[in-house]
Amino acid sequence: MAGLELLSDQGYRLDGRKAPELRKVQARMGVFAQADGSAYIEQGNTKALAVVYGPHEMRGSRSRTLHDRAVINCQYSMATFSTAERKRRPHGDRKSTEMSLHLKQTFEAAVMTQLYPRSQIDIYVKVLQADGGNYSVCVNAATLAVIDAGIPMRDYVCACTVGFVDETPLADLCFAEESGGGSSLALALLPRGGQIALLQMDARLHQDHLETLMEAAMTACKGVSKVLDEVVRQHLQEVSVLTGE
Amino acid sequence: MRDTPLSNCERDFLLKAIEEKKRLDGRQTYDYRNIKITFGTDYGCCFVDLGKTRVMAQVSCELVTPKESRPNEGIMFFNLELSPMASPAFELGRSSELLVKLNRQLERCLRNSKCIDTESLCVVSGEKVWQIRVDVHMLNHDGNLMDATSIAAIAALSHFKRPDVGIQGDEVTVYSPEERDPIALSVYHMPICVSFSFFQQGTYLLVDPCEREERVMDGLLMIAMNKHREICSIQSSGGIMLLKEQASKHPVTGAILPSRHWP
Repeated sequence: MAGLELLSDQGYRLDGRKAPELRKVQARMGVFAQADGSAYIEQGNTKALAVVYGPHEMRGSRSRTLHDRAVINCQYSMATFSTAERKRRPHGDRKSTEMSLHLKQTFEAAVMTQLYPRSQIDIYVKVLQADGGNYSVCVNAATLAVIDAGIPMRDYVCACTVGFVDETPLADLCFAEESGGGSSLALALLPRGGQIALLQMDARLHQDHLETLMEAAMTACKGVSKVLDEVVRQHLQEVSVLTGE
Repeated sequence: MRDTPLSNCERDFLLKAIEEKKRLDGRQTYDYRNIKITFGTDYGCCFVDLGKTRVMAQVSCELVTPKESRPNEGIMFFNLELSPMASPAFELGRSSELLVKLNRQLERCLRNSKCIDTESLCVVSGEKVWQIRVDVHMLNHDGNLMDATSIAAIAALSHFKRPDVGIQGDEVTVYSPEERDPIALSVYHMPICVSFSFFQQGTYLLVDPCEREERVMDGLLMIAMNKHREICSIQSSGGIMLLKEQASKHPVTGAILPSRHWP
């Protein structure tokens, strides 16, 4: 976008944040009573809802059952009203299928699937409002939902999208920054061990900048993990007060 | 038809050999198989042989109306086909996970990195632009389809020449090759995908896995680079957990080698 300054001279971005600042995160767990686990997260203006069913018996093709682990089935979709122009095909198109595959890959690495052989865990994520960093917000929402469902995981899975403008890494991109044409890196991290579950980068970036960008992404993810941890602990407190413990 | 499953002793043999730094075909860790590129008689037709993996790419173009959000840019469309002649596991007409992965990776590698000047493909702004269509067919699957596909696609795009157009007022005439020489596409840079496979939870790394190695690998990291040392795309797949050093240092050093071979 010509004329739109993604990073001003004083170091402020379009929405007034500084370069390494994350957007405001608000999250709630246990949104749906019927599902095994559910969570709703708002990261700035991006809003996503995640629902988890499982572990339960394999449905659909029995032949895909794994004898030693659970199968994770993910579906990513965007609401038709989530983008500026109404989306005609919310799921089934290539981008959604790719996102679903990435989510599946991320959670297969993090969830302890060996504890539930021959079963299936379903994770459904829906983006209600897309303002940049769709994949990252979905991962964060799905993490909370999986924790709400009581499925054991190795660690929180935190994701963040970072971009690179004027030699500075920008953490947690919004839509204008993402489509501005610079490079964007999406990283899903397990913060305690520093292990990367998914790494994805688009657009041209010189090789020398990769280290800085990855460092910034990892710091941002660790920041997100602190927020998610707070949300989980607070939810636990509320629930234990209600059940009278 | 389902692919025959890999037997346990074959899997153990492969993993043991990799631990001792030996590969099935005698290559070293960072060795690529022989790449042979042949061009067909048509402009934009290209065959790539990566060891035994064989891939064919064909580029064609036609005049269409542009997208509303980008009225003065041409359109690039990628279509991949996994034909059953490549491997008994592929079924014609069924879109599988692998197809979506390869397709999206190719789109990200070539379209998002803006390797072709799409603005020069505009004929009449808002009404007629060239749509460049890249069709890639897998002819034989012996591992590492992504690399072969990216090489074939970019080679075919560089080889392709589109017909010349003349505009007189509102009329657009497309000249045939006999009337006027066709024009080549303006290629800014050539991104090449390099695939790294990880074994034993990331302890061992191999470049350019063959089909057997792909079956036992834990995860895959695909990096697309051009010869200006710019990274065009990174994608990790498979449930492997990488540490930062594994993801950034090793692959980037290894990816420079093949991208330098490219003229």
